[in-house]
Amino acid sequence: MDEKHLNLVEDAILFEPIRRTGKTFYLTLLILGAIILWGVYAYHYQYRHGLGVTGLARPIFWGVYITNFVFFIGISHAGTLISAILRLAKAEWRRSITRSAEVITVLVLFFGVGNILMDLGRPDRMLNIIQYPQFGSPLLWDVSSITVYLTASSIYLYLPLIPDIALLRDYGGRWRWFYRIFALGWKGTERQHRLLEKAIAFMAILVIPVAISVHTVVSFVFAMTIQPMWHSAIFGPYFVAGAIFSGIAALIVAMNVIRKVYHLEDYLRPVHFNNLGILLLVMTLLWFYFTFTEYLTTYYGAEPLHMAIFWSKFTGRFAPYFWGMFLFCFVIPLPLLSFKRTRTPFGTLIASISVVIGMWLERFVIVVPTLTNPRLPNQDVIYSPTWVEWSVFAGCISFFILLYMIFTKVFPIISIWEVREGREKSLAEVQERIKTYLPGISVE
Amino acid sequence: MHKWGMVIDLDKCSACQACVVACQAENNVPIIGPKEAAKGRTIHWIELIPYIEGEYPHIKARLLPRPCMHCDHPPCTKVCPVYATYINEEGLVAQINHRCIGCRYCTTACPYTVKYFNWYPPEWPKEMKGSLNRDVSIRTKGVVEKCTFCSHRLLRAREKAKVEGRDLLPEDYIPACVQACPSGAMFFGDLNDPNSTVSALSRERRAFRLLEELGTEPKVIYLSEGM
Repeated sequence: MDEKHLNLVEDAILFEPIRRTGKTFYLTLLILGAIILWGVYAYHYQYRHGLGVTGLARPIFWGVYITNFVFFIGISHAGTLISAILRLAKAEWRRSITRSAEVITVLVLFFGVGNILMDLGRPDRMLNIIQYPQFGSPLLWDVSSITVYLTASSIYLYLPLIPDIALLRDYGGRWRWFYRIFALGWKGTERQHRLLEKAIAFMAILVIPVAISVHTVVSFVFAMTIQPMWHSAIFGPYFVAGAIFSGIAALIVAMNVIRKVYHLEDYLRPVHFNNLGILLLVMTLLWFYFTFTEYLTTYYGAEPLHMAIFWSKFTGRFAPYFWGMFLFCFVIPLPLLSFKRTRTPFGTLIASISVVIGMWLERFVIVVPTLTNPRLPNQDVIYSPTWVEWSVFAGCISFFILLYMIFTKVFPIISIWEVREGREKSLAEVQERIKTYLPGISVE
Repeated sequence: MHKWGMVIDLDKCSACQACVVACQAENNVPIIGPKEAAKGRTIHWIELIPYIEGEYPHIKARLLPRPCMHCDHPPCTKVCPVYATYINEEGLVAQINHRCIGCRYCTTACPYTVKYFNWYPPEWPKEMKGSLNRDVSIRTKGVVEKCTFCSHRLLRAREKAKVEGRDLLPEDYIPACVQACPSGAMFFGDLNDPNSTVSALSRERRAFRLLEELGTEPKVIYLSEGM
């Protein structure tokens, strides 16, 4: 690394998005706002007329909303989990990416929960879940687990923000009162640093089992029923792996956008994309392993009920979704991520977009085909989502992007103090640490 | 304690669907209309399902009247997050319409797909509105409903027995479908009473239950035909 990058004037670029807001920002805001309003209109339409305005029917009682629920909760595994693992592993390259990852988690969770609520026939009665809770229901496990997860990830996002908020308070920009409140009197003393680091380390450890539990119980919603191809013991780990898979992909997409829009090429370097690309490659292979195991088990067992669903995915009505999933989750990302030459920011971006689409399809392919083939003979119903469901979906994505954009305008999207700490302390620390690994070098 | 159960003799069933019609009228089941029905939005608390076993040429087709099975181990009540569906002490799987949040988890968990959802507010032709059954509450849009074994009739029978100062007799309580069956193919009664008709029939060699292997222990027992 060049010495000239190590002065503090360089970090000024991290304050830029907060200090100045360009025309593009407002234009994007306007477009996103319009899509969100359309989504709100669509949901209001559904609220007034009933869920009949969706494509759902008996026996396909669940569709796009439940797919979205699983998908968004999956995306949320990007942030907190990756960031926590990298922090605990003392991966030094994490410093400029943790913040952008953690924000995804906190924001996207609202849309996961939101989709479940929009799927309710009587959203006005949702508080019945608190008034008459039946803890035997996996849905209630979800409620508990996601609540804990949201709280923990919010704290985990906030803690490393404190020193940066204090910087903004002292920097003298707008809304100083706002930053003063949230800086919690941070002065950067030795003791405060020690406390903060302890708190972050504690949260990092706490958040890992919580994150894993969240997607496990999401899978339990399906796996605990006795429906063919849902009632599977592999679902817990399969869902968790899929969640991390789609989460890393979403993170790479977000980092690419931030990098381009805010000119952070110096902070988000090819090495970050290369490293995350390797992680994504591992997850691609893991995804394939789980998918292969799941379907081979079904195929080999060859129970007629299961096979009806199996063939509807492989060659039948859901073949385009199934093979689309396979294409996007495996065929496209695998070669792109396998070679160092294509593990560039752009290469990983293409692979990641592909994975995000593929993982949405995967959720759809889990939810809908099983419901389409119930045990007892049934009227042949084809589920095709209506404009209402697509509009709500588009609204959710736009709303998420909007909130993310606004976050970058209020807080630095790259953890300034952690980057500085990396420059000031870690260079020496890492050298010391490596010494402890090696034989023949004495450590005092 | 009673344990209410139903026996359907497929040898006697002529698939006339009188049970279906009686049920629609008794339980204020909304009329969905042909357009929505084609989409799969019909509500039938009891429905005739074509149950086809084997493959051509060794094919065996049955038309099975299918009410709620009122399982002893219902997969639907386990997953309800708000106790809106539960099994009561007499073995009836009940549905609390005004508590249901409409998550449709029970509908996906039921292996018999006996649960129905109100995709729209319930509707009836103008002429029918006057003849709705006052004993059965009307469901709103967005909640799940299903066969209750006409539990409102049980309430009424119990009240009546109380007024007359006697114990409830099994023959006081009979669901609308059983009452309407013209070929006498449906029986209803107390499975706990070893001498009741349903008990005797349930011990017959022809007796079977739907998807018995799932361990849901249905309280609807079929008597197979042609044996």
